[in-house]
Amino acid sequence: MLLRTKLHGKTYEFPDIRLLMGKANEEKSGDRLAGVGAETAAERVAAKLVLAELPLSVLRETPAVPYDEDEVTRVIQDAVNETVYNEIKDWTVGEFREWLLADTTSSEMIKRVSAGLTSEMIAGVTKIMSNLDLIYAAKKIPRTAHCNNTIGTPGTLSSRNQPNHPTDSPEGIRAEIYEGLSYGSGDSVIGINPVDDSYGSVMRLLEMSYDIIKTWEVPTQNCVLAHVTTQMKCLQAGAPIGLIFQSLAGSQKANDSFGISVEMIDEAYALAKKYCFPAGPNYMYFETGQGSALSAEAHNGWDQLTLEARIYGFAKRYSPYQVNTVVGFIGPEYLYDARQIQRAGLEDHFMGKLTGIPMGCDACYTNHARADQNAIENLAVMLTAAGCNYFMGVPMGDDSMLSYQCTSYHDAPTLRQLFGLRPAPEFEKWMENLGLMKNGVLTDKAGDPTFFLRR
Amino acid sequence: MDQSRIDSIVEAVVKELIAAGAIKSATTPSAPDSAQPAGGSTPAARHLSHDTLTIDLPDPTVDALRYAPNVTNPKDLDGLKAMISSTTARIGVGRAGPRYKTNSLLLFQGDHAITQDALMRDVDQKLLDEFGLFTVQTRITGGKQEYLLRPDLGRLLDDEARRTVAEKCAKGANVQVVVGDGLSAAAIEANLRQIFPVIKQGCQSAGLSFGTPFFIQYCRVGVLNDIGDILQPDVVILLIGERPGLGRADSMSAYMAYKPKGGDSDADRDVVCNVFENGGTNPLEAGAFVVQIAQKMRQHQASGVKLKLAAK
Repeated sequence: MLLRTKLHGKTYEFPDIRLLMGKANEEKSGDRLAGVGAETAAERVAAKLVLAELPLSVLRETPAVPYDEDEVTRVIQDAVNETVYNEIKDWTVGEFREWLLADTTSSEMIKRVSAGLTSEMIAGVTKIMSNLDLIYAAKKIPRTAHCNNTIGTPGTLSSRNQPNHPTDSPEGIRAEIYEGLSYGSGDSVIGINPVDDSYGSVMRLLEMSYDIIKTWEVPTQNCVLAHVTTQMKCLQAGAPIGLIFQSLAGSQKANDSFGISVEMIDEAYALAKKYCFPAGPNYMYFETGQGSALSAEAHNGWDQLTLEARIYGFAKRYSPYQVNTVVGFIGPEYLYDARQIQRAGLEDHFMGKLTGIPMGCDACYTNHARADQNAIENLAVMLTAAGCNYFMGVPMGDDSMLSYQCTSYHDAPTLRQLFGLRPAPEFEKWMENLGLMKNGVLTDKAGDPTFFLRR
Repeated sequence: MDQSRIDSIVEAVVKELIAAGAIKSATTPSAPDSAQPAGGSTPAARHLSHDTLTIDLPDPTVDALRYAPNVTNPKDLDGLKAMISSTTARIGVGRAGPRYKTNSLLLFQGDHAITQDALMRDVDQKLLDEFGLFTVQTRITGGKQEYLLRPDLGRLLDDEARRTVAEKCAKGANVQVVVGDGLSAAAIEANLRQIFPVIKQGCQSAGLSFGTPFFIQYCRVGVLNDIGDILQPDVVILLIGERPGLGRADSMSAYMAYKPKGGDSDADRDVVCNVFENGGTNPLEAGAFVVQIAQKMRQHQASGVKLKLAAK
């Protein structure tokens, strides 16, 4: 295999697909840390030039971790529709990009081709797309799902109500949920990250959040983001659960470090279909993020974008209700600054949509990244333009438990009113009935959490 | 005219203006205006000459202002106060249209600013001199930016540091204390004066030999291994600045390991985290606690997961 180009008179040659894929990425500190990033800006573009000429079949045949060694690879490869694949396998990555963007390529055409793709093919095309390409193409691929309500319908934008509390205080969490509901946050899920991951603590939070859903007849679902095994135990004990959650990684070894396997998630999915209280049929919630495999030294020498694409291929197996990248959470050694976080957010959303999953985004940053709230507001605007299904809703974007910052309860109504979008339809009707929203705009009653103190 | 005279005149003028309704007192939340919807506000007309303009604000980060209810016309003001007091999350903040009110927006930015300043600053040399701490460096050569990008290099002492430490420090001490900047210089500055003497005295009264303490610039926790390899102490205590939380840059951790060596991981270590005054683990108490842990480590000849199992 010869992978070579000239650029401005200089020759660039790449020894293998792994390094070609690494060097073709937009700049990421994590790729540098992994030793797979481009050495110079020109080398990066040279890699893109070569990648653009690569047939998709080469990427299918070069998974980041070999089929025999990795169950994530097997999940992805075994799910490919071979008929569709045979129609597109000779396309180059560059041709694939142009096909995705073409006016003659419809949403339905893309969705059909998704069935013939592997994650490495999706990662490949993502690397040669600009930010606006990623926004434009993702917008063409709406992905909807239904649990208690419907997420991802064009014209809607949902918000996860994320009422975390530094000591899991049920009163404190309840107060935050009320604040969020009064702004219209919670149509994706009322999802609590617990400090205490134990069975008793998780049970208590599930029952408390379910109590609010019942009392106020909120068309949504609840979730406590403990380890999946704890949630399974709660579900079997009769706990009211809307969505089953787990963080996923892009290689078997990285999933080992999360304490999960394909078999375990298969089992959780089967239990969810059997015992979760909403109508379904989508019951799973996954979180992801570039760099997780590298931080577990489980990336097999590959770049973080490709590993991320593989998580979506894994997630697709479970027809999830929602998946989001927690894009700036991992820290500056993987995504250094606002520019890298924004780029990764756009990449992840596009890759998820192309893979076939209802994709949202936790647009966020930690305090040691070179980013601030403005950077995250920018990313949220870009992703809303891209048709992102949902964002996080956190009190003023400041998570008092996880010590990071993301989007806020205020951001959901702002983005909806800015782009003419509505909450999930069932949830909008609920807000209208309560008098918190009219014609897609918050009413005078909205933004007051004590509205919910009367029941 | 002296400054206190000027101040008292200004104060009198401001009082008059507040009484006349021309300006609002900055220390009390504004009275609800029944004509205003929840998301709206219309500034009051003011007739204020620029000559008498005085802007002299209280600190918005004090609890009384930070946790003041900010919703216009809440249905239940007492209920709102109770809700706000149930969490440190920023609730009851109200809105301007769908956006934040100005005071909550700027308070958030102020809280972020303090974390950014803490992150990019170096520990005050005077403080290090006060405790006679000499400074060595990790393999980071490119300043704070490289420090943030290359955690792997922050876990290793550079060659000069290895030589200096080997020359200047007593080997084989029962307890070796090391101070590292980590992700917050402010955390070291806020806590070292309290915690350091407690650890030192605690070791003396427990009859533990106290090695030669020093400071590591651009320090990550993993550097414990290098210190163990070079100095062969029983227990290493690393006092290090934590990643700043929003508005909280003074939180420090004490990472500890029994006979650390190359290849050891977090599973081999113990940590006392969230060390800060007013709300965290008090640094004086943390110091005493750290000495207790050191004794336990020596008693069981283990740390981390192994210590947990051994001490069961």
